[in-house]
Amino acid sequence: MTPAVFYALTGLGLFVLGLYALIVHAHLLRKILAFNVMGSGVFLVLAGLAGRTASGIPDPVPHAMVITGIVVAVAATALALSLMLRVAGATGRVRLPDEHER
Amino acid sequence: MDTAVLVQSGLTAPILLPLIGALLAFVMRRWATPIGLLSVVALLGSVILQVPSLFADGPQRLAVGGWGAPLGVDLYADGLSVAMLLMTAVVGLGISLYAAAYFRDTPARTQAFWPLWLLLLTALNALFLSADIFNLYVTLEILGLSAVALTAIVGGADALVGAMRYLLVSLLGSLAYLLGVALLYHAYGTVDIALLAERIAAEPATWAAMGLMSAGLMLKTALFPLHFWLPPAHASAAAPVSAALSALVVKGSFYLLVRFWVELFGEIAGGVATLLGLLGAAAVLWGSIQALIQTRLKLLIAYSTVAQIGYLFLAFPLAVGTGIMAWSGVLYLALSHALAKAAMFLVAGNLLRFGGHDRIADLDRVVQRLPLSMAAFALAGVSIVGLPPSGGFIGKWLLLQSALTEGRWGWAIVIVLGGVMAAAYVFKVVGHAFTESENPHQAQPVPATMEWVAFALAAAAVLMGLIVSQPLGLLEIGNPFGIQTEGAAP
Repeated sequence: MTPAVFYALTGLGLFVLGLYALIVHAHLLRKILAFNVMGSGVFLVLAGLAGRTASGIPDPVPHAMVITGIVVAVAATALALSLMLRVAGATGRVRLPDEHER
Repeated sequence: MDTAVLVQSGLTAPILLPLIGALLAFVMRRWATPIGLLSVVALLGSVILQVPSLFADGPQRLAVGGWGAPLGVDLYADGLSVAMLLMTAVVGLGISLYAAAYFRDTPARTQAFWPLWLLLLTALNALFLSADIFNLYVTLEILGLSAVALTAIVGGADALVGAMRYLLVSLLGSLAYLLGVALLYHAYGTVDIALLAERIAAEPATWAAMGLMSAGLMLKTALFPLHFWLPPAHASAAAPVSAALSALVVKGSFYLLVRFWVELFGEIAGGVATLLGLLGAAAVLWGSIQALIQTRLKLLIAYSTVAQIGYLFLAFPLAVGTGIMAWSGVLYLALSHALAKAAMFLVAGNLLRFGGHDRIADLDRVVQRLPLSMAAFALAGVSIVGLPPSGGFIGKWLLLQSALTEGRWGWAIVIVLGGVMAAAYVFKVVGHAFTESENPHQAQPVPATMEWVAFALAAAAVLMGLIVSQPLGLLEIGNPFGIQTEGAAP
């Protein structure tokens, strides 16, 4: 197994772990953290699988994508956190109500 | 030289105009409304100017900054993208005029609305014009984040919880999509759709990417059974926001599904088309039943969106045989649904403003008191049901025809049954509008603009049924449905 494939598989593992946590945990902060874990997994796949040229230098395009992705993730996390605070303020709880409770 | 500059500004204007407007509206808060209205009028003008050159010269491609496909981001406009741009600009102008009146008495919400709304238009237009699957990820995220923020504008527990759920779903969809992009880039070394179409082959990496990207986009389009987040988010938002979400935002991710399906995955998908069609059929039936049993108008309209999204997915299995007819039908349906559904949500906003509630049973003779709004609702209903002569009729007719020429009776029955149930839930509302309710209420005045905008959008949805050849001609420019890839052959 080459290091590149190892990183990519680790990335996939992080993605799946994050997805599991997202579904299982009710607390919104944990859900938001789960997204960040999933996002890191995708970035690891992108960076890990970046093609290498003959001289061994990795392809820079996936790295540019990862940087863009990080910017997007920061913005999304900021929105999610502030929305979480507003939800907590309005409902008194830091989790989403079930459909049946309403 | 001059024409090159013109082409360049023509393709970038639909992205730059609302973006500049959003920044100005954010900085000059007191002028947010006039800045917003001006940007949207300019946006509509720039898209309309695009149409003649498209008819004359065919599809246009622009390498932004002169970098070119493998490294740079390309913009691409064919008939399909320009039709979507036109839909966004027309419905967007209606929603903007309505919002200017709707938010007039709440300056804080006015100032929050305009920058986000203009950003949403920027993201949609960029999505329709991008020819690069990574750039599409960025536009999808801007679209999702601005839509979520708009949903939360009204405050209140319902809207905030709806927005939070929407955000979680939207992020999950984008991440699945991005993982698909990573796999495609690794396998084929490009993110440009045209280059991918040449290189793509039936192999495990492609199948995995297809699954991840389709699942992410289906989640964002709210295809049954991934629709659970849509009714609470769409029903709890402010009226102009609900209209934008149901009419335009879900079409963004649907447009991508069609694009990818036609240009990338169509030949290697196998039985997945049938699966998408079955989910669509389930959405038509389930969404219509749910709409029928709702007691609140906004929830009824939101479940009607779930059902109409189902119609859009019926094209995938039908297109395998009859290609162009099924795709044109479904896109016609998408365009007229945008007009009709925006009109319906705006009418719901009028009724909510008028009576202070949206309980269908207590509508209390609104036909006599808000005749224009109810006329708008009925006209929009004509198109949603699919009665002639309306845009919805043409779309459903093309779908039905492609089902019948193939002898696929199952799909035809679903198409007709969905129409009958749509008629039932539209008449349920109209019926209560005529009768006196048991709890009469204090009525509030509704600004005339809010009534006329809803009426104009609904009338446009019906007019779409009378001018058929021009929209269909526009959709076929660049032959978006004829492009077949050769890479999948061996």
